[in-house]
Amino acid sequence: MASQACATEGVGLTMATIIVDNKSYTVDERQNLLAACLGHGLNVPYFCWHPAMGSVGACRQCAVKQFKDDRDQSGRLVMSCMTPVTNGTRISIDDPEAKAFRASVIEWLMVNHPHDCPVCDEGGECHLQDMTVMTGHVYRRYRFPKRTHRNQSLGPFIRHEMNRCIQCYRCVRFYRDYAGGRDLNVFGSHDALYFGREQDGTLENAFSGNLVEVCPTGVFTDKTFFHHYTRKWDLQSAQSICSHCSLGCNTTASERSGILRRITNRFNSQVNGYFLCDRGRFGYEYVNSDKRIRHARVRPDQNRTKSAQPQEASEVLNIIGERLRSAHGLIGIGSPRASLEANVALRTLVGPQQFILGINEHEHQLLSKVFNVLQTGPVPSASIHDAEQADAVLVLGTDLLNEAPRLALALLQSIRQQPMERVDELKIPRWDEAAVRNAVQNRRGPLFLAGSQRTWFHDYATDSYFAAPDDIARLGFAVAEHIAPDAPTVSDLPDNVTILARRVAKSLSGAQRPLIIAGTGSGSLAMIEAAANVAWALHRQGKQSRLSFVLPECNSTGLALLGGGRLQDAFDSISQGKADTVIVLENNLYRRAEEEQVDAFFDTAHTVIVIDSLENRTTAKADVLLPTATAPESDGTFVSQEGRAQRFYQVFIPEGEIRESWRWLSELARAASQETDVDRGVATWHNYDDAVSATARAAPELAHTGKVAPSASFRLMGQKIPRQSDRCSGRTSLIAHLTVHEPPPPVDHDSPLGFTMEGYRGPLPSPLISQFWAPGWNSIQAVNTYQDEVGGPLRDEMPGVRLIEPVATQAPAWFTAIPHLFQPRSDQWLLLARPALFGSDELSNQSSAIAERIAQPFLSLHLSDGARLSLDDHSMIDLTLQGTTYRLAVHLDPYTPVGTAGLFLGTEVSSGQVPAWVDLFKAITTEQQRRVA
Amino acid sequence: MMNTWTYARNLVVGLWIVFKRTFAKPVTVQYPEERPYLPPRWRGRIVLTRDPDGEERCVACYLCSAACPVDCIALQAADNPDAHERRYPEFFRINFSRCIYCGMCEEACPTNAIQLIPDFEQSEYARRNLVYEKEDLLINGTGKYHDYNFYRVAGVRTRDKDKGQGANELSPVDVRSLMP
Repeated sequence: MASQACATEGVGLTMATIIVDNKSYTVDERQNLLAACLGHGLNVPYFCWHPAMGSVGACRQCAVKQFKDDRDQSGRLVMSCMTPVTNGTRISIDDPEAKAFRASVIEWLMVNHPHDCPVCDEGGECHLQDMTVMTGHVYRRYRFPKRTHRNQSLGPFIRHEMNRCIQCYRCVRFYRDYAGGRDLNVFGSHDALYFGREQDGTLENAFSGNLVEVCPTGVFTDKTFFHHYTRKWDLQSAQSICSHCSLGCNTTASERSGILRRITNRFNSQVNGYFLCDRGRFGYEYVNSDKRIRHARVRPDQNRTKSAQPQEASEVLNIIGERLRSAHGLIGIGSPRASLEANVALRTLVGPQQFILGINEHEHQLLSKVFNVLQTGPVPSASIHDAEQADAVLVLGTDLLNEAPRLALALLQSIRQQPMERVDELKIPRWDEAAVRNAVQNRRGPLFLAGSQRTWFHDYATDSYFAAPDDIARLGFAVAEHIAPDAPTVSDLPDNVTILARRVAKSLSGAQRPLIIAGTGSGSLAMIEAAANVAWALHRQGKQSRLSFVLPECNSTGLALLGGGRLQDAFDSISQGKADTVIVLENNLYRRAEEEQVDAFFDTAHTVIVIDSLENRTTAKADVLLPTATAPESDGTFVSQEGRAQRFYQVFIPEGEIRESWRWLSELARAASQETDVDRGVATWHNYDDAVSATARAAPELAHTGKVAPSASFRLMGQKIPRQSDRCSGRTSLIAHLTVHEPPPPVDHDSPLGFTMEGYRGPLPSPLISQFWAPGWNSIQAVNTYQDEVGGPLRDEMPGVRLIEPVATQAPAWFTAIPHLFQPRSDQWLLLARPALFGSDELSNQSSAIAERIAQPFLSLHLSDGARLSLDDHSMIDLTLQGTTYRLAVHLDPYTPVGTAGLFLGTEVSSGQVPAWVDLFKAITTEQQRRVA
Repeated sequence: MMNTWTYARNLVVGLWIVFKRTFAKPVTVQYPEERPYLPPRWRGRIVLTRDPDGEERCVACYLCSAACPVDCIALQAADNPDAHERRYPEFFRINFSRCIYCGMCEEACPTNAIQLIPDFEQSEYARRNLVYEKEDLLINGTGKYHDYNFYRVAGVRTRDKDKGQGANELSPVDVRSLMP
């Protein structure tokens, strides 16, 4: 887990001069020779080293010759990844002996490597291929039988082909040491090592997808990509932002022939670094789903009993124009999963008074509170990179592994920060992974997790606290009180919680960069306030404390910054007749409010216009349905939970009449105001730059959204930047079965990118890098060549713009609304939502690979509650909530707080709102009771 | 005097050659009734061949399409675990109206699947008729290379060959054994 990224922080920077092949280079002294050479664009082949995982010196591939001084002619071979940089180090990469050594290493690594590159998915972006070519090993001299291995079936995400393994150990080092996984390991001995699971089965870790990129060859490959395979050079790619949680990880989305083929990681030093979670990597297939809406639909004769039928887009716009002109009041419901521009477009179209945020009442309050804390307080929000650097962490009530997995991975690195001090004391370089492990042993920095569901992530916590949301908030307040004695006092705190609070307070006060994480997932306002109190108390002590709030969706922050009405206002204005027409933007309202309410809302509204990408219950209610582009098919901006605005680009033009939401809304505005003035409002938006400049004016906090990425007029050497690689194939044949007249590629008026293979090739500003590639570096490890210092930020990195920075230097008054001790009730249970990595996100659920991983819906209860309700573990029950019955499995565990029940409904949408008190004696029907009935 | 003699002689010799040819056999080949001999490695029409077992040789590796200088080859890899258990092209299209018969695809092909054959008769009245799909390209034979079967030497498992049953392969390692 030691990383170069870590090394760039901390102790002061000292530069050293090294001489490589008689040329001198200035490098950071805390690096190893390999990283230093790669940082200067010198090609040294390697396998086992990884910029985020340090060196172990296992593969012997990066040998170079080191000389004592300028008189030394013979020198000696050293492994560059294991040799620290010292001032005056004199090495040679091109030395014949070093070259011969490296050639012999690759030759023996290739001895058993199978002859299957043509059917290997890694081919064309294989680190082993690159290194073989770089080393000059071109001819196999080995004439004897090759070793073979049986493969394992590792679940819906990863394919396994063990024959290809070169035993570099990167997979287990990532999976076990970096990502905290348990179920992948190395077995066997000598030249028969086996990297896999103890037996066939799904890889359980939430970050297993990174094995695809970490493995230097094709042992672990992307199974979802396998089903619609294309070589890397044929993919049309653009920069995207993951839309499956609030963290805003940077991804590269790739397409060919109108099918989104895969998602890969896109390095951003401040956000996701080298790794993604499985939801983000494999959740993309909803874009190719059969449920996609591809054509505009209109309900014939305004007859609600008939379903909407596809119609020509121009006709549909005419119909909408007419309806909008004759409408008596118009309201627009925005969405936290739509881009910032789409929401601004809707707000401009309907007017700020009629713009509704499209989130439920409770979430609205929580979001406002988060926004308020970040804006008025002196403590900044933490980026994922900050989280990795934190040396003490308190998580209040958020199930990170299921709600914001990449942040959990960052915390797995943060627990190494404090033990690293010992490593520094011993003068062990941080990149020397094996030595660091030896020095650290089992020491872990403070990580306190408070929540109501236990996951494997808790194994890495210093202490865990399982309690109801109110009690967790009370713990937070108590911690604040122990740090700052003038903070509000928590009364009647149980002894064990007092001890825990004192312990947490001590750890946090002892740290330099403490981090407090809370979220909206638990639905507790007090928890957010408690987190703020703790962070502010630490700030007063002069700590560089950070706050991080995990939010429900990818653009929740953007929506909060924009501001708007509550969903109840929308329901009221329709029922009271203040408005009769509603535009729903990329939002399934059945996920937001109770079924009856939403039904009534849609039935009362005269015209319901829905803009969405996938069919759902709301689109079924639409009188006019407009097909919108998903994130990889559109240009837009998301604001992550950190407050970082990041741009995503259209990867391809989808089939059908799909357009970006903001473009539909702009066309809607033009259609509605046919004869009147079209010189203002959203009707004047003709391209994406118009949308961005209007967004920047929409709210004071959004003023800098224009600076996130270069505008559409940006050119390098007078050229656009191509989305396709320069060896993209099939140009004259791909659509030859449809037409032999080769049409020109579509023109992109919205971005500086082109849908072609022609254009500028060279250094780019980071938001415009569509695929990492450099001559000789075809694998994703080409990212090294885009960095000045390996593991550091990209050259000219534009890591997004943070829209919320603290202005206050002093903390505002303490939050004092401390909740009462949680009291279990005799007949009712507090129903809490259980988030799940696979299942909680609306869009990724529609991806087939993710769907396979969604757990069976369950109700979790404490063992004693199970006994009270006379339920057996794993028995099936029917739970009736608000008239809807769900079939659930019972999970009994000692961690679910007594008096609460955790509900996970899988892909089904809850009709009621949680948290809520429910009489489980009445609501539950057991198998037995049903049989009797 | 000397020059005049040379001119006259050349004139007579020339006329004599013309006269002699009048009785010689003509060299015109009566194509198409008469077929010219084309060597086997002549670069003409492109075909997809089958391996000695009669299975499609193409494994949809995309190397031919990458090598094609006029980008006239397009294909899509697919995998049918029930029928094939090996990768094959779902579609394979060559736009012969663009093809320059350079043979780069054949050179790039790692499985000897794509081959150029001595057939040049591809004239069509409409360009769209020059777009060949897989069913137009695939022949029932091995083409120029009779013995090669990629899957016999590749390490992957297929329907009819388990791990370790390929050419020059040891049987799969027993991971649970620690014997040296």
